[in-house]
Amino acid sequence: MNRAGYARRLDLQHGRVDMSHGSGGRAMAQLISEVFHPAFANEWLSRGNDQAAFDAPVGRMVMSTDAYVVSPLFFPGGDIGSLAVHGTINDVSMAGARPLYLSASFILEEGFALADLKRIADSMGAAARDAGVPIITGDTKVVERGKADGVFISTTGVGVVQGGLDLSADKARPDDQVLVSGFIGDHGVAIMSKRQNTAFDTDLVSDSAALHGLVADMVAAAGLGLRVMRDPTRGGVAAVLNELAQQSGVGFLIEESALPIRPQVVAACELLGLDPLCVANEGKLIAVVAPEFAQSLIEAMHAHPLGRDATIIGKVVEDDHHFVQMTTSFGGDRIIDWLSGEQLPRIC
Amino acid sequence: MRFMHEFRDGELGRGICTTIAEACRPGRNYVFMEVCGGHTHTIARYGLEALLPAQVRLVHGPGCPVCVLPTGRIDGAIALARDQGVILCTYGDMMRVPGSHRTSLIQAKAAGADVRMVLSTLRALEIAKENPDRQVVFLGIGFETTSPATAIALKMARREALANFSVLCDHVLTPPAIQAVLGEGGEALQGLIAPGHVSAVIGTRPYQAFADRGQAVYVAGFEPLDILQAVLMLIRQVNEGRPRVENGYARALTEDGNLRAQAAIAETMPDLRSFEWRGLGVLPQSALQIGEAFADFDAERRFALTYAPAPDAKSCACADVIRGRRRPEECKLFGSVCTPDDPIGSCMVSNEGACAAHWRYGRHRPQRGGEASAAPAAA
Repeated sequence: MNRAGYARRLDLQHGRVDMSHGSGGRAMAQLISEVFHPAFANEWLSRGNDQAAFDAPVGRMVMSTDAYVVSPLFFPGGDIGSLAVHGTINDVSMAGARPLYLSASFILEEGFALADLKRIADSMGAAARDAGVPIITGDTKVVERGKADGVFISTTGVGVVQGGLDLSADKARPDDQVLVSGFIGDHGVAIMSKRQNTAFDTDLVSDSAALHGLVADMVAAAGLGLRVMRDPTRGGVAAVLNELAQQSGVGFLIEESALPIRPQVVAACELLGLDPLCVANEGKLIAVVAPEFAQSLIEAMHAHPLGRDATIIGKVVEDDHHFVQMTTSFGGDRIIDWLSGEQLPRIC
Repeated sequence: MRFMHEFRDGELGRGICTTIAEACRPGRNYVFMEVCGGHTHTIARYGLEALLPAQVRLVHGPGCPVCVLPTGRIDGAIALARDQGVILCTYGDMMRVPGSHRTSLIQAKAAGADVRMVLSTLRALEIAKENPDRQVVFLGIGFETTSPATAIALKMARREALANFSVLCDHVLTPPAIQAVLGEGGEALQGLIAPGHVSAVIGTRPYQAFADRGQAVYVAGFEPLDILQAVLMLIRQVNEGRPRVENGYARALTEDGNLRAQAAIAETMPDLRSFEWRGLGVLPQSALQIGEAFADFDAERRFALTYAPAPDAKSCACADVIRGRRRPEECKLFGSVCTPDDPIGSCMVSNEGACAAHWRYGRHRPQRGGEASAAPAAA
């Protein structure tokens, strides 16, 4: 009887990551074959190469990469795994692109529960399948206890953009309209509600979602009328608008009364001393569009489940100072500034 | 969202502004100080100054808790965190306040000190229980609003015999600060918008002394309508020539204040001490001191700390801003080398600091006329 290939199966209920799982030896191969392959299951990964080969479609290729260090790992509405899939799909999609493939690399801390790792991998696999964007290659490393915090994940995505579309942050022009795809601040507040030093009770869940379906509908509706899209993650809507103002050399005028913010988010921000405009989102986008396309764009967004609450929140204006200004619902006006310092560490 | 949305109603606000304009007597100026940093923040965030007639001027007061801590106190806290191996817990605003050489607690943390931001003193107590082999120090700062929470922590620490917990007490009192501002040329001021949350603890009686000296006093909440209402009521008091203390924040406080909070402070921090304030100098009887009964939980005694004053950064006008003598944009560092991302002075750190509030919300607005300089400049 040939016993050379025998290995006791991983104890996915009570086992823990140890240093051998990153050693390049049999334990690592076993971790990959018993945790990641079943979770991600696709034809590229199952070939077991150090890379994945695929045919490049016609069009301009888009590539983006992101690291995920969110704490806690599991939160209402998602976990670090689904976040790592959605976040990178969204970054690729913001070019107006169709995301094609993802890669994923894991930095695991010695002692991390295999049950949690499996839960995260399964969640990633489900998110990738739902999005139709497979994880086709990856990597695993293990670091000593105390050198990481459970698990950190990096994902890279490639996609393709067609039809001469060239969205870029330097393309906003005066009179362009500014849209947001739905309620803002949900992700950041959901995370804060579970943090040890800020915990509070709320029924709010993260908005983490893959936006490429919505983006495809938007591209179909507004096409070359779209100037730029960006997903307001860390730093929130405030950071995105300030970035766009700087890069395009324009100002923004936002209407406070038009901002879609849930009462729970407003209340939590009052309590924690935060501005909802600076709080992270993981399933929302900001779009700047030529005025003549704004109406057809908003109608297309309303027809998609992730754009149901889309609304115009303001417009681009000429401003040599590149200020993002807001007309407050009280009747005054103020600047929307970047977030200062670090109020919400490790939000994604 | 009760108590919030109805106090942010723009239409009501415009109505009050019309009434304010009608109440202003021709040829007469009205100069009021909003004492509290929370009010300064609301005024900047909602652009309230632009809604008021030119006759009405608001002067920023000394009521931002981190702004008034002098450089030497920041240095002391940084040294404690850096040199004594303690876990130093404090409120978020304190983390970025620059001490000498532009170092802050957040930089000390990056350099290896164990500094933790907490939202409550109870969390600091938990950290002490979670780390029985470490000394945990809560840096208690703020006016009467935050001192009750420190008092409760001291009581709980003693009850639970938490031998590894102590408090570095930098709690200060509001009335001596107002007194100091009025004492140095504040005669140009005609009224005070008194702080709502401080008053929720101490009540409204302590302001009677200022009314007796001719100041109109109106205790206000922190929403834009609260502030506009306060301005209107102060104008009416001035017009009537009958200064008195009025409570416009009855939804949160009474004349007597919170007796249980007062008792907790009196039990744990019964003694007043002389304290150096940024901008106001050394004020006698202006800060709380941990009492003998709680001496075991006093970080100053436990670590034999002594206070060493340190000069403010050169050219920084925080001292004048805190006294209401200069407006933020009159400081030559404002927005050039001093911004919320890289603050030089304490007023550029907290949302309640006058400089940070102006930078964050109002730097696009033109300065108001030639009257920009604050009232007590004549001092």
